[in-house]
Amino acid sequence: MAERSFDLAVIGAGPAGMAAATSAAEAGLRTLVIDEAPRPGGQVYRAPPAEFLPQGTDADRRIGDELRTALAESGAELALDHRLWWIGEGFELAAVGPGGPHRFSARALLVATGTTERILPFPGWTTPGVIGLAAATILLKADGVVPGERVVVAGAGPLLPLVAAKAVAAGASVAAIVDLARPSDWASAVIRGRSRPDLLARGAGWLRRLAMARVPWWSARAVVNVSTTAEGLSIDTLAVNADGEPQPGTRRKIGADALCIGHGLVPSTEVTRLLGAAHVFRPEVGGWVADVDELGRTNVPHLYVAGDAAGVEGAAAAPLAGRLAALAAVHDLGRLDATHLARRSDPFVARRRGVARFGKAMAGLARLRSGLLDAATPDTIICRCEDVTRAEIDGAIDTGARDVNQLKAWTRCGMGPCQGRMCGEAVGELVGAQVGGRAQAGLWTGRAPLRPVPLEDLVGGYDYADIPIPQAAPL
Amino acid sequence: MSCTDLLVVGAGIMGASVALHAARGGLRTVLVDRGPICREASGVNAGTLTLHMTRAALIPYAMEGWRLWTTTRDWLGGEIDVVATPGLCLAFTDEEAALLEARSAARRAEGAPIELVSPTEARRIEPGLSERVVLAAHCSMDGHAGAYLTGRAYRCALLEADAALCEGVTVAGIERSGSRFIALCNDGTRIEAERLVLAGGVWLEPMLAWLGVRLPIKVLVNQLAVTERCPPVMRTVVTIANGLLSLKQFANGTVLVGGGWQGRGDRERGGVELIPENIVGNLRLACWAVPQLRRTRLVRGWLGLEAETADAMPIIGPIPGIENAYLIGSVHSGYASGPYMGQLLADLILGREPERPLFPPDRLLGAVAEEALC
Repeated sequence: MAERSFDLAVIGAGPAGMAAATSAAEAGLRTLVIDEAPRPGGQVYRAPPAEFLPQGTDADRRIGDELRTALAESGAELALDHRLWWIGEGFELAAVGPGGPHRFSARALLVATGTTERILPFPGWTTPGVIGLAAATILLKADGVVPGERVVVAGAGPLLPLVAAKAVAAGASVAAIVDLARPSDWASAVIRGRSRPDLLARGAGWLRRLAMARVPWWSARAVVNVSTTAEGLSIDTLAVNADGEPQPGTRRKIGADALCIGHGLVPSTEVTRLLGAAHVFRPEVGGWVADVDELGRTNVPHLYVAGDAAGVEGAAAAPLAGRLAALAAVHDLGRLDATHLARRSDPFVARRRGVARFGKAMAGLARLRSGLLDAATPDTIICRCEDVTRAEIDGAIDTGARDVNQLKAWTRCGMGPCQGRMCGEAVGELVGAQVGGRAQAGLWTGRAPLRPVPLEDLVGGYDYADIPIPQAAPL
Repeated sequence: MSCTDLLVVGAGIMGASVALHAARGGLRTVLVDRGPICREASGVNAGTLTLHMTRAALIPYAMEGWRLWTTTRDWLGGEIDVVATPGLCLAFTDEEAALLEARSAARRAEGAPIELVSPTEARRIEPGLSERVVLAAHCSMDGHAGAYLTGRAYRCALLEADAALCEGVTVAGIERSGSRFIALCNDGTRIEAERLVLAGGVWLEPMLAWLGVRLPIKVLVNQLAVTERCPPVMRTVVTIANGLLSLKQFANGTVLVGGGWQGRGDRERGGVELIPENIVGNLRLACWAVPQLRRTRLVRGWLGLEAETADAMPIIGPIPGIENAYLIGSVHSGYASGPYMGQLLADLILGREPERPLFPPDRLLGAVAEEALC
C-alpha cells in the first residue's frame, strides 16, 4: 500500500481542525485533514445531509459554511470518511476509508478531536429512550429528528436550552429542563461571557422560545433514577447541592418518552495518550488534557493540540486556537521565523483569550460535580460495554486497585467498544476518591485502534500466501 | 531495620508464585515491584494454556501448570476466569502438515495428550473452522485464563499468606552486608533479606548486573489484539503448526488474537507501538482459521514483553557464586507454567526436593565467561 506524505496532518475537521488546516495550507505546508464524517464541520458545525442543504440559514450553518469554503480553497487535502486507527512514532498514520486501508505520513501532527460527552451513571441510565445531550443535538441539527414526543432535557451547560429549544421548534413537548446549575451559576456565567453578546443573544432566543412554550426549568436538580412504565419513562429527580450531591427528601417525579441528558464535555485525549504526551488534570476545562503551551505545542516534538481537545473553550475560540497551532507548526517546520511567528500569532492570542472567556464560562456551568456519583447505587451499571457495576468497581478498589488501568484489568471496565470514553469519568472519580484525587488515579493508557475497526476492512481480500507469517517459533 | 527471610524482586507470575509458596512455607517474605502486581507480561499476555505452543522439553512442566490453573480455587482462591477446553492446532499447507506431524509427535513423546485428526473431525469439534484446514492436531488439555485478573487473585492470596507486598517501589540496586542482601529502593527505603530471588522478566538482565552477573536476555515484543463482544464463533483454543497464532473466544464474547507477532519496543521504553502490518497479518491468519471473525471489530491492541535466553530455555535456580540468591524467568509460554515453576523454586529455597529438575543458568553464564575471555 502506497504511503502518502505530508508536512502536517490534522486530525479532526471541526472548527479547530478546519481553521488549522486552512492556515497551514495557505502558509505552504502540504496539509492533510482526516475525519470520520463525510463532510467537514465537526459536531458544532456538522454539515446536514445533502438533501437538507437548500433550507435553513442559522448562524451555525453560516459559520460552518465559511470555514468549509476556506478549507476547500486552501489547497489542503481532505481524507473524509476515514477512520484513523493507528499512529506511529514519527507520525505514520493508518486509516480505513472508502476503497480500503490507507497509509499516510506527516512531519507534524495537529490533534483537533474535540470532546466526548460526560454522562455520570445513575440507576436506569442505560434504559432505551435515554440519550446523551450531544447525541440529541446531532439528531436535531443534522438529521432533523426529534428524540421523542414528550422529552425531558437534563444535565448541565448550554446544551440544555439549545436541545430544549430545538426540540420545541421541531414540534416536541419538553416536559421539563432539569438543570444541575442554579440561577446564580447562570448569572455569573453570563457576566463572564459578556464578551460575546452575539452568542448571549442566541441564548436569549432559545430562552424566549422555551418561555413561550411554558417549559418548566428545574434548577439545582439532578435525575437520579429512570425506570420504564407502560406510558414510557418514569424519571426521578432530587435537589442537589453545589457539588452535585443529591439531597434526600426532595424527590420530584416526571414522565416522558425520552430523556436527553449530559453532564458536560470531556476533551478527547486518545491521540495524545497513544503518542505518550504529558497530560495534566484541569477540571475547569473539562478534566485530563495534554499539557500544551499557548500555541498548542505538547512536549512531544511536532505534536500539537487545538480546540476543545486541549481544554473546553467553545466553538468560537476553536478556529483561533487552530490557527495558532498551525502557525506554531509552520514555524517549527522551518517555514516561519520567530519574529514573524510572534507578529502573526499575537493578535490571535488576544482574540482567543477574549472569546474563550465565553466558552470557559459555559464549560464552568457543566463542570464535573463529583457528588452526582452518589446517585449510582451498587447495582448501577458503570461500564455499559462490559456490564460492570459500581459494586464490582468498589470491590476492585477494596482489593487494591490504585489506578484506573489496574482497575480496568481487574473489572474489564473500559475494555469494550467505547474504549473507556463512556465510563472513564466515573471510574476516575471512584478511584480518585480513594487514592487522593484524579491526578493520582491516572488516565487510561492510550491504545490502538483509536476507534473500533471492522476486521473486514483491515484484512481485506487475500490469499494465504499474502500473509507474511514470521519464522516458526522454536520447538 | 528488621531482616526478612526472603526478598523477591519482580511481582509477575514467577515472582508472585515463588513468594506465595515461600510465605506459605513459613518464610517471612517481601515481594517488591516498581509497578502494580502482574501488570507487565503476566497481566497482558493471551492467557493461553495450550500445549500446542509449548517447547517439547517443557511439556511436563506446562501440564503441571495447566493442572494448577484449572484448579485455582483449591490453591489460589480468587477468580481468573479459567476455562478448560480442547485445543486444535491447524495446518493450511502440506508443508505445515509435515511440521504439525513432527511437532505433535515430539510433544506427545513428552506426555502431551495430542492426537492428529482429519479436517472433517476438526470441524466437528470446532464448527467455526474454515474449509481450508488440511490437517489438525487435537489436545484435550488446553484452555485459557483471564490473564488481566492474575494480579488481583495473587494479591489477595499473598496478603492472606502474610507476605508483604510493596507495589510501586523501584529497587535501584542490591548491596551486600555479610551474607545478607540489602535492596536500595528509590523511595529511600532499604529492604534487608537473608535470601534473594530475582524475577524481573525482561528486566532480569539489568537486575543480574546488580550482582555483577552478566546474562544476556532477549526482549520479544509480542502483539495482542482483542475484538468486541460478538456471538459465539468458536469454543476451542485454535493455534497453527508454526506457533504464530493463538485464538480463543472468552465467555464474555470477545475474541483474543495472539501468536507472538512482533511490535516495536524495548527494555528501556517497554512496549512502544503496534506494527500495523503485523496486526493485519495476525488478523488475516485468524480470519483464515475462523472466517466468521471478519464480521467483528477490533477494539484494542497492546504489547507484552517476553524474555528469552540464548537457547530459549528457562533460567530457574541458584545464581552461581552467590549463596542464597536465585533467579527465575525466560520460560517459554511462561504464563501457563508459571505457577508450577514458582512452586519448584520455592521448594528449593525451602529446602525441599523440587519434584522436577530446575533450569540452572550456569550453562549460559559459561558461554558468556568464555566469550569475555576471547
